[in-house]
Amino acid sequence: MTDLVREQSSPTLVRHPTSGVSHGVGAGMQPWRTYLTPALFVAPGFLIYTVFVLCPMVQAVLMSVFDYKVVAGAVSTFIGATNYIRAFHDEHLWLSLSNSGIYMLFTVPPQIALGLGVALLLQHKSPAQPFFRVLYYLPVVTSWVVVTLLFKYLFADRGLINYLLGLQVSWLSDRWTAMVAICALGVWKGIGWSMMIFIAALQGVPNSLIEAAKIDGAGPWQRFWSVTIPAIWPTMAFITIMLVIGGLNVFTSVQAMTDGAPGGSTDVVLTYMYRTTFSFLDFGYGSTIAVLLTLLVFALSAIQLRVFRNEATA
Amino acid sequence: MSKRVSPADALRLVTLAIGALVMITPFLYMVSTSFKAQQYVLKIPPQFIPDPATLSNYERVLVRGDFGQYFLNSLFVAVTATAIAVLLSAMMAYGFARYRFPGREWLFRILLLGLMIPALMLIVPQFVLAKWLGLIDTLWGLIVFYVAGNLALNTFLLRGFFQALPQELDDAMQIDGANAWRRFIGLALPLARPALATATIFTFLATWDEYAWALTSITSPENKTLPIAVALLQGPRGTQWGLVFAASIIAILPVIAVFLIFQRHFVQGLTAGAVKG
Repeated sequence: MTDLVREQSSPTLVRHPTSGVSHGVGAGMQPWRTYLTPALFVAPGFLIYTVFVLCPMVQAVLMSVFDYKVVAGAVSTFIGATNYIRAFHDEHLWLSLSNSGIYMLFTVPPQIALGLGVALLLQHKSPAQPFFRVLYYLPVVTSWVVVTLLFKYLFADRGLINYLLGLQVSWLSDRWTAMVAICALGVWKGIGWSMMIFIAALQGVPNSLIEAAKIDGAGPWQRFWSVTIPAIWPTMAFITIMLVIGGLNVFTSVQAMTDGAPGGSTDVVLTYMYRTTFSFLDFGYGSTIAVLLTLLVFALSAIQLRVFRNEATA
Repeated sequence: MSKRVSPADALRLVTLAIGALVMITPFLYMVSTSFKAQQYVLKIPPQFIPDPATLSNYERVLVRGDFGQYFLNSLFVAVTATAIAVLLSAMMAYGFARYRFPGREWLFRILLLGLMIPALMLIVPQFVLAKWLGLIDTLWGLIVFYVAGNLALNTFLLRGFFQALPQELDDAMQIDGANAWRRFIGLALPLARPALATATIFTFLATWDEYAWALTSITSPENKTLPIAVALLQGPRGTQWGLVFAASIIAILPVIAVFLIFQRHFVQGLTAGAVKG
């Protein structure tokens, strides 16, 4: 992210707002007038962002340390870390977190491996390439609700999966088999996304490097590991980080597929957070779970950034 | 013209075809089921070609159900939110890219924070805020939060684009006496068309498919959008799968059309940065 927010290096791109329009306008302009134009461009959007995104961020933290009352007029009392201590001892939160972790473990590596695999097969331009690209990407653009219901139908007791595999499994009525269905959906829906990004990255690998490796007598496997992989390493980092974040934030598919059933055993962190808030109306504790998950996401992203950077320089 | 296919190429094609079959079969099966009467949807062995085929699911969804209304709700919300979000993002991006002002880097960094916080993390305080502002159970309540939620990514995408535009053009228009707003509308926006297209498409898809906030906020049947209307078709006892998939197909057709028409913008958008479907 560092180079995304870096200071402008090119002096021709960004200049003082008034330079160039000095016809007739005095040089001794007031600072507030100087900054009026950029302010008018930035303010409307930033105001909406502040009210509807930034304030809720602060509010989430505040709600987690108050015994928050939904009812209008009710006084919320400060309860400090009580919610956080409760979270630490909450077995169901740990179960939900373990399900989120399982989802992450069983969806992120397959999406990377299969996405890269398909991208490698598709990287050479051919008449069939756009056709396959569309087919693999189709699940990505389809709404989560629709594909979730579709998988629920495929994994039904008398559904297509049981029929094709010759099984009689009641997939959605057991924690582990339900997780299989949920993870299968996650992988199926996500392959196209990583594929598309890998294709773009592979097109950026200089052909001269591959040719040079060929002349040096490197086989395809060696070329892959010592030329292609290092060249697409930043992309690999980006995809991994995004997928890990996405994995921890899984919600819609679990909510629409099982909503935690049977007996909350397939809850992930966000379905548990959602039920805590909107069914049990415990807004304070719901916020606490959201804040904790956000911190976890930040921590994991920071760790991954460091790991990928070290690997790249090693 | 004869073209020889090497064994390696053949193997490559076969592998891709098998993979593609896995990707596409669920969709085909969904289409097939949408033409089946309820007694055939979970029949063993499964029917790939509906026999007898029926249009009754579509008829029930469109004529007797309120899916026409839900479709219009979704369309109104997605189009309005996308238009506002893209316009405001483009303005912000232009301000950040073209002008220097105190606190610029800090404001931009605060905006980037919005890229890292997933929508669902804020749903609890946002619900409280929406309730306080009387935005619960209204389409405008959806629009406002969809706009706010899509500003960060779009501004980030477009800022990079505006920075890459040559300053000389801007200068030329300035000498001709065009003010900042006219330069933005008449010069920056037309030149940024590819980036705007990408931003528009991704925002439209995100708002069209949004589920969690609509589910939380909307309670009146007449305000439902397609994702929640489809999800709520599941019955407590035995889902009418034919009905669900007829509704699903109506819900995903616009998205698939947008995708097929604007494919190349997808590739550009994905390579430009952090867009996750």
